[in-house]
Amino acid sequence: MTEAVIIGVGLHPFGRFPGKPALDMGADAVRLALADAGVNWPQIQGGYIGSYEVANPDAIVGRLGLTGVPLRGVFNGCATAGTAIALAARAIETGEHDLTIAIGLDKHPRGAFAADPSVAGIPSWYGQTGLFLTTHFFGMKINRYMHDHGISHETLARVAAKNFGNAAANEKAWRRTPLTPEEILASPVLNYPLRQYMYCGPDEGAAAIVLCRADQAHKYTQKPVRVRSTALRSRRLGAFEVQSPSFPVGEIVESPTVDASRAAYERAGIGPQDVDVAQLQDTDAGSEIIHMAENGLCKDGEQERLIAEGATGIGGRLPVNTDGGLLGNGEPIGASGLRQIHEIVLQLRGTAGTRQIPGTPRVGYTHLYGAPGVSAVTILST
Amino acid sequence: MTSTRQPVAEGLFTWPPTPSEPPRLIGSECTACGLVSFPAAADCVRCGGQDPKERLLADRGTLWTYTTQNFRPPSPPYDGPEAFEPYAVGYIELPGELLVEARLTEADPHRLRIGQPMRLTLVPYTVRDDGTEAVTFAFTPAEERAS
Ligand SMILES: [Zn+2]
Repeated sequence: MTEAVIIGVGLHPFGRFPGKPALDMGADAVRLALADAGVNWPQIQGGYIGSYEVANPDAIVGRLGLTGVPLRGVFNGCATAGTAIALAARAIETGEHDLTIAIGLDKHPRGAFAADPSVAGIPSWYGQTGLFLTTHFFGMKINRYMHDHGISHETLARVAAKNFGNAAANEKAWRRTPLTPEEILASPVLNYPLRQYMYCGPDEGAAAIVLCRADQAHKYTQKPVRVRSTALRSRRLGAFEVQSPSFPVGEIVESPTVDASRAAYERAGIGPQDVDVAQLQDTDAGSEIIHMAENGLCKDGEQERLIAEGATGIGGRLPVNTDGGLLGNGEPIGASGLRQIHEIVLQLRGTAGTRQIPGTPRVGYTHLYGAPGVSAVTILST
Repeated sequence: MTSTRQPVAEGLFTWPPTPSEPPRLIGSECTACGLVSFPAAADCVRCGGQDPKERLLADRGTLWTYTTQNFRPPSPPYDGPEAFEPYAVGYIELPGELLVEARLTEADPHRLRIGQPMRLTLVPYTVRDDGTEAVTFAFTPAEERAS
């Protein structure tokens, strides 16, 4: 099977852009990715595009050129971008196309996501009585995890401080004001034990990734980044997942992140010990802590020491969310995972500027998790 | 005051409660594989069976995890009072049955702990325009057994 490699990345800044439609942000990101790859839009043979807010994101061809390209809309909650990159790579691996693109774009209003529970297959009383909030799940999951594995409130604050600090060095990030752990611990509790500055917010942005066949990469770039594996999993019965009015009692069933992670490592022939830099879904500070273990990057409970030692900082031995993660960038759902890929590509090329990790990183890892219990992992290497 | 009370949804818990018959959550049990579901489900998510029978769930359990809700949720879907009072939410393990998500009557996280015994109760969570109080289920800390 042919291997897919990334030859171009483009990122529209994340944040608030009044008056600028999501499609225009997407078109900007695509043009940046095309320029980075040294190709033009008519050369693109196929693509996948994801958005939560834009009903027909494939309308972006009206901005880029009506070339007749098959551009398929994809949506998979917070794993949308993981799905787009997986399918764009798969189209190359199977020989369908030689040059593809993955695009994500979104433009969310301020405040918490509001939705009708029926869209998630959940009865209306669940929303009426104030249970239909994803933030409850994150609060409850980390509360239980802290109880079981000895994670402190200070560690939650250190994770958030690290990500805001990394975002301060990223001109495309949204939340660029560094905060100390003390300031974070002084912010109001939203969902115990999580505080205001421990949560990411919905915002706006776009990203695009151009891929080609590995055996043609030399035509475009000296530094292709290999797509070693992609994996997507949904929740299994018995796992504790977001928006669950109940779940079965009994044996512990692992999250879809554990399932997707294992599948991705196996397919890549790469182990957690080989990962040089990781981008993990940090919807909140607790999620980053839990996802370190669920992605095999440490054992449950080791985070307390690792984070105190600065292991997940840019100079540490396992840098996590070097561009500020979701905490620093916010979450335009359709674009979020492609932002992660963009950052890993910069790190593996050695062009991440002041937030470049030291040494010669070879393996990068990205992870998404979202409602109603879906996880996507992508493993990249030089 | 002559306010009336109505459950937020039919088929969620037994109604009306009486001193001799305290409230119970109405779940279902798959007749093919025995999986217990709440709310009652027509389709079994373990075996695909479509022949459930009603099962009243245990009204006592232990607190598996919890969090608090310190800001008013978006409306819709939330239809609680405009004057927002923080509340808590948790999963209660009903042994041998399932873990159920519910509001908790205790909103102070420092007065809750994982493993705490909990008991089912009903709470009016909002007042409708016609004066009807809408009632939902909740769990409340239960008295611990003296050792
Ligand atoms: Zn069954």
